[in-house]
Amino acid sequence: MTQPDMPVLEGPNCPLPIKDRGQIVIGHGSGGQMTHDLIRDVFQRRLSNAILDTGNDAAILSEAPGEKRLVVSTDAHIVSPLFFAGGDIGRLAVCGTVNDVAMLGAEPRFLTAAFILEEGFPIHELELIVDSFAQACREAGVELIAADTKVTEKGKSDKLFISTTGFGWADNSLQIGGEQAKPGDAVIISGPVGNHGIAVAEARGNLGFTSKVRSDTAPLNHLVKALLDAKLDVHVLRDPTRGGLATTLVEIARQSQVNIKLDEESIPIDKPVRKTCELLGLDPLYLANEGKLILILPADQAGQAVRVMRGARYGEEAQIIGQVIGASKGQVWLKTPYGTTRVLEMLAGEMLPRIC
Amino acid sequence: MCLGIPGKVINTYEQDGTLMASVDFDGVQQAVCAATTPEVQAGQYVLVHAGFALNVLSDTEAEETLKILHDLQQFNANLTEEDKIS
Amino acid sequence: MSESPKNLRDASLTKAIMAEIQRITTQPWNIMEICGGQTHAIMQYGLDQLLPPEITLIHGPGCPVCVTSLQAIEQGLQIAAQPDVVFTTFGDMLRVPGNKADLFTARSQGADVRVVYSPLDSLKIARENPGKQVVFFAIGFETTAPTIASTILSAQKTGITNFSILPANVLVPPAMHAILSNLANRVQGFLAAGHVCAVMGYHEYLPIAERYQIPIVVTGFEAVDLATGILMTVQQLEAGQHQVANAYPRFVTMEGNKVAQDMIYQVFEPVDRQWRGIGTIPLSGLGLRPEFASFDALSRFDLTQTVLRESPLCIAGKVLSGVAKPIDCPAFGRECTPALPLGAPMVSSEGACAAYYRYHRTRE
Repeated sequence: MTQPDMPVLEGPNCPLPIKDRGQIVIGHGSGGQMTHDLIRDVFQRRLSNAILDTGNDAAILSEAPGEKRLVVSTDAHIVSPLFFAGGDIGRLAVCGTVNDVAMLGAEPRFLTAAFILEEGFPIHELELIVDSFAQACREAGVELIAADTKVTEKGKSDKLFISTTGFGWADNSLQIGGEQAKPGDAVIISGPVGNHGIAVAEARGNLGFTSKVRSDTAPLNHLVKALLDAKLDVHVLRDPTRGGLATTLVEIARQSQVNIKLDEESIPIDKPVRKTCELLGLDPLYLANEGKLILILPADQAGQAVRVMRGARYGEEAQIIGQVIGASKGQVWLKTPYGTTRVLEMLAGEMLPRIC
Repeated sequence: MCLGIPGKVINTYEQDGTLMASVDFDGVQQAVCAATTPEVQAGQYVLVHAGFALNVLSDTEAEETLKILHDLQQFNANLTEEDKIS
Repeated sequence: MSESPKNLRDASLTKAIMAEIQRITTQPWNIMEICGGQTHAIMQYGLDQLLPPEITLIHGPGCPVCVTSLQAIEQGLQIAAQPDVVFTTFGDMLRVPGNKADLFTARSQGADVRVVYSPLDSLKIARENPGKQVVFFAIGFETTAPTIASTILSAQKTGITNFSILPANVLVPPAMHAILSNLANRVQGFLAAGHVCAVMGYHEYLPIAERYQIPIVVTGFEAVDLATGILMTVQQLEAGQHQVANAYPRFVTMEGNKVAQDMIYQVFEPVDRQWRGIGTIPLSGLGLRPEFASFDALSRFDLTQTVLRESPLCIAGKVLSGVAKPIDCPAFGRECTPALPLGAPMVSSEGACAAYYRYHRTRE
């Protein structure tokens, strides 16, 4: 009787867990080894600094700058698609919060961030985004000092959401805010409007056009610093994000209880942005901007402010676009090239492309 | 119903059995359906609405409009209907 | 050859034309435009502020978003709520209120409602999603009709069976008849819609001008175009003329685009249609011909008849036909605002009520 063929015993052959699937799986959110590996390989490699590297669940800040006030801002970012011409959600997350802090005259120093990942999200895309996040931090001069990651089941979130909180310190003497606009003040925009809104619309790909318009996403804290270093009497700083230039000015007009009159011809708008808006029936004054600021200050300083801005990065195309005219319940008027005037309202809901 | 802007046809091509045109609007490009203007040639201008070319810019172009303005100065109540309809 | 030359936006030329209008106007005149795009342009440039006070511009029912019937909106909402349906529409329809919901609400409740820029995008969605029923909300005047007809012909040619339309297109000439034959009519002159006429030509207006003894001028959309159209209308009114004239010759001819017209009538035929706030105007809409009945979403889906509840406060009908002004409405600016519209003319940015809402505030 012959022996049945016996397997050749070549040594143990354990089914090791797959180390690199190339995409986020639920295990990455468990808090265990996979989470640590993800944080080390994707985040720490790109965002290392002394505070973050201590590896605790919270950060201790020993900076105490004296005669200054702490300014804090928080933001959530859910932009879709994640990548668009001129930027991505990573850059947007950093710049959005850096700018919010800077708009109160503070110098942003630290960020915290929470990353909510959807099961199935490709890791190489996450790496690109964290690269961009890190690069934006370097450009702005801010450090990420605390972070968190969570993973949702597929379908329970949308690829990647990022929430950021930013901190900075502002001089005690500053009085900058939406309620500070005074009659007679000049209204200045740091550059052309509408680019971000068009870039994102184009990246969505369902409106069938190519314009090559790039998002203007940028950190504006250095521009703000240049204005403050020039000892200008800044009343209001605000970045016209969601709702666009028009909505943001209406907010300011209401906060300050003043009327603002704009000169339509002075508002800088890039030609491809204008053309795309005409094509789709969108209004560039209501499109989001992520790298522009509105500055309101006494009219006799407007000329100098424009010079300072034009000499700084991201302010090269600064323009005076209007003035604050009188105390009232807060309306924004637009003077057309025809000498006529119309009221600019806040954006009612979502801006919809027109057919009429 | 009326959001239409003029653009220049760069080229025409077939897609899924439909005549299409690549139209340029001062640097912004769009793929436009030319089924309603089958005779259109590259280099001509079309009026585009909702992704379709509605009409081809007439040869006499905008100068016609300016001519109207010139003629209006000599508006005469005795002009016949034929003269009016151009 | 150039596209819209810059001089058609030229402020001094526009003002010069307005000055001429001022010079020749000797009495009050009411002129209506039936084109949402023209209303929008007039609002955007503030052109009616440049007109002499004797000239009143009445914003007619030219915004297809405003005049789409409540019934069609309710049907759209029902279709959108069905499983495996992708409901596609032009963007500005999303905020139009039905009885108590709009398409935004439907989307928030899980309906797959998508904004498309062109009906061809809708067909593309159908092609890419064979397991779904893709429906296109077919609204608009004669300007969108050829694009929709062409899309249906394309669907037929390429054998796409999961695509259908909710037919709601309307026609301009019957609306003009309805307005002008109304006893309370105040309209004395018309600006005809430039892009509707680019498709249809303007021969259809000859019998209207004759019957109602009213001047009709085909007008474009740039500031100079609009000013010229108004000037030509006022000149006729002052001279007691009632001709059809063309102030937009660069895109409009008497015959129009025959290829487009043939396409429209190959696929569609005139049917009675309800205009929101106005009522049923005979033969004022486009319905699918029997050969294309399979593309009618109304026969594909089992829809229940809904009780239609227009707001009792909304006087959209009177406003749209020029009989009343938005400020005559008891709800204007109170219960009815652009943020919370009761009726369609407040929803659309070129609806007469929304336009007035903005203007009214400047003059305070």
